[in-house]
Amino acid sequence: MTVDAQLADLGSRAAPRQGRRLRAFLHNPTFIAGAVILGFFVFLALFADWICPGDPQDMVAQPVLWPGQDMQFPLGTDSLGRDVLSNLVYGARASLLVGVSAASIGLAIGMVVGALAGYFGGRVDALLMRLVELFQTTPTFLLVVVIVAIREPSLSTIALAIGLASWPTVARLMRAQFRSLREADFVMAARSLGYSSTRIIVQEILPNALPPVIVAASVMIANAILTEAGLSFLNMRDANVVSWGGMIGDGRDLLRTAWFLTALPGAAIAMAVLSLNLVGDGLNDILNPRNEP
Amino acid sequence: MSLLAVEGLSVHFPGHAAVREASFAIEPGETLALVGESGCGKSVTAFSVMRLLPANARVASGRILFDGKDLLAASPAAMRDIRGKQISLIQQEPMTSLNPVLSIGVQIVEVIRRHERISRKAARARAIELLDLVSIPDAHRRIDDHPHNLSGGMRQRVMIAMAVACGPKLLIADEPTTALDVTTQAQVLDLLDGLRHRLKMAVLLITHDLGVVAQWADRIAVMYAGRIVEQGGIAPFFADPLHPYSRGLLGARVDVDSDEHYLTDRLTEIPGSVGSAAAAAGCPFAPRCPIAVAECRRALPPLVAHGARAVACPRVGPPPSDGEVARRAGGVMTPSPAQTRALPHRNGEGSKA
Repeated sequence: MTVDAQLADLGSRAAPRQGRRLRAFLHNPTFIAGAVILGFFVFLALFADWICPGDPQDMVAQPVLWPGQDMQFPLGTDSLGRDVLSNLVYGARASLLVGVSAASIGLAIGMVVGALAGYFGGRVDALLMRLVELFQTTPTFLLVVVIVAIREPSLSTIALAIGLASWPTVARLMRAQFRSLREADFVMAARSLGYSSTRIIVQEILPNALPPVIVAASVMIANAILTEAGLSFLNMRDANVVSWGGMIGDGRDLLRTAWFLTALPGAAIAMAVLSLNLVGDGLNDILNPRNEP
Repeated sequence: MSLLAVEGLSVHFPGHAAVREASFAIEPGETLALVGESGCGKSVTAFSVMRLLPANARVASGRILFDGKDLLAASPAAMRDIRGKQISLIQQEPMTSLNPVLSIGVQIVEVIRRHERISRKAARARAIELLDLVSIPDAHRRIDDHPHNLSGGMRQRVMIAMAVACGPKLLIADEPTTALDVTTQAQVLDLLDGLRHRLKMAVLLITHDLGVVAQWADRIAVMYAGRIVEQGGIAPFFADPLHPYSRGLLGARVDVDSDEHYLTDRLTEIPGSVGSAAAAAGCPFAPRCPIAVAECRRALPPLVAHGARAVACPRVGPPPSDGEVARRAGGVMTPSPAQTRALPHRNGEGSKA
């Protein structure tokens, strides 16, 4: 049985709505393209130790081998004689890790702030929105640089910094959703059944407010990967961890003679960000209730 | 003691008063129809009972006694325990009143478990029973449906199932059938009436459809511009409406039995349009009233007992003296024991049209 047939079979057995959702996923070429590329990177990140055993930072061969020159190192080596393929594979791990954790931090803060501001309105809203504006008026990248500069540039600091700089977008999105949904009849119904505010926020409104946030999340991960690459390029990086941005930074000196040292990680970043954007676009189409048949 | 006694309730929005000095009572197990045109304060009255008024509304005065407890003085937590358990609400719009992302079973189970300590499994069994009770065919399969799988009438049945899930003593139905077509409307109202007898609950039926009132209510309270202008049993109301507004309303209907037809004859209308509830002194209906006198424009006529009924019009003569002395002593309808005895006479089932 082919995968498609299996999935279709699964769809027919699930509840009608889930079946429709699943089919919508399968019939969205944008989403599938993004998911396949993203899946490839996730695979690299998860099985890096198995694909390229050994420390990627080891000097394993003579420096600046061009791709294809030595089949033991198919993508060549850098100025210190480190395997580029191995670096790319381990770089996927660092980039995705930073991307996902930064987006999670941003989502967590943004969703809580946005939900509270949107649901309660009035003074709570005014106060929280001033806080959001405070963050929004600061250039994101500058804020990240400052936070990383204050603390050790470790992977967790970088993720935290990016998360702290990116939550206002989510907060505004959540607030808009909650503001319209709190007036919905089913929220009134929930209140007339004696539910508390917490319960209404978490159980009634949140699931209805999620679709645009899920879309935003994929773009946030992409942005976080880009920001991390930018930081690494500026040498604000965790020296013990290989990342794509760091590889570009290292390759900068040899840009004219060995351009592949910057082009390969650059392409990896571009593909990863593209795939996340494709997934986001696809999700947007799929989760948009107006597109439901 | 009345199940629900609303006494002198006034609700103010910034700039105008939506409800002014409204008083009425509901006895256990009876259906009181609250009737009036759009914007006259029916829904606001209902939402005040639930304490679910919009943030900019304010209860300016009055008491709402439910089972003897003043709901306006209850703590928010106590109020949440009352909502859904003692008093339930059915809204106008069944299409949007269910959470679109949760299956109806989950939503019913949630209500039951909110108010009762009961296992998920037992609650689910109860939910199936409830769906059965509101005549949803194939309840054990429909329970996993999402709201968008159901028609408007079915959704309103689910809403009713949720509302009666914890056996409330009072069910507030805010125009429960306005969004439904006429045949579904009759089914839903029959269902509500059946449940009322079965579960022994009282119903506050908010509507603007006098046909619905005639068929399904025991007593009626007519609202005009935020005031209750007439109150009484269904049979005497339809036989002999007291307030000029009530007369106008009944006069504006097409009677099936008469030879009149809206194509051949002009319907009787009430001249003018509804005045603002914030109008200055005097009876709010005076500008449209055919029998108004100068006195009507000076002071707000209080709701006074008129036999077993009550009316807020000084131009209505005393009730025909059939042994019982006309109690037109005057004064706002306050919970003096004498008046509570005189006013809300429970009508027998036979009084239904």
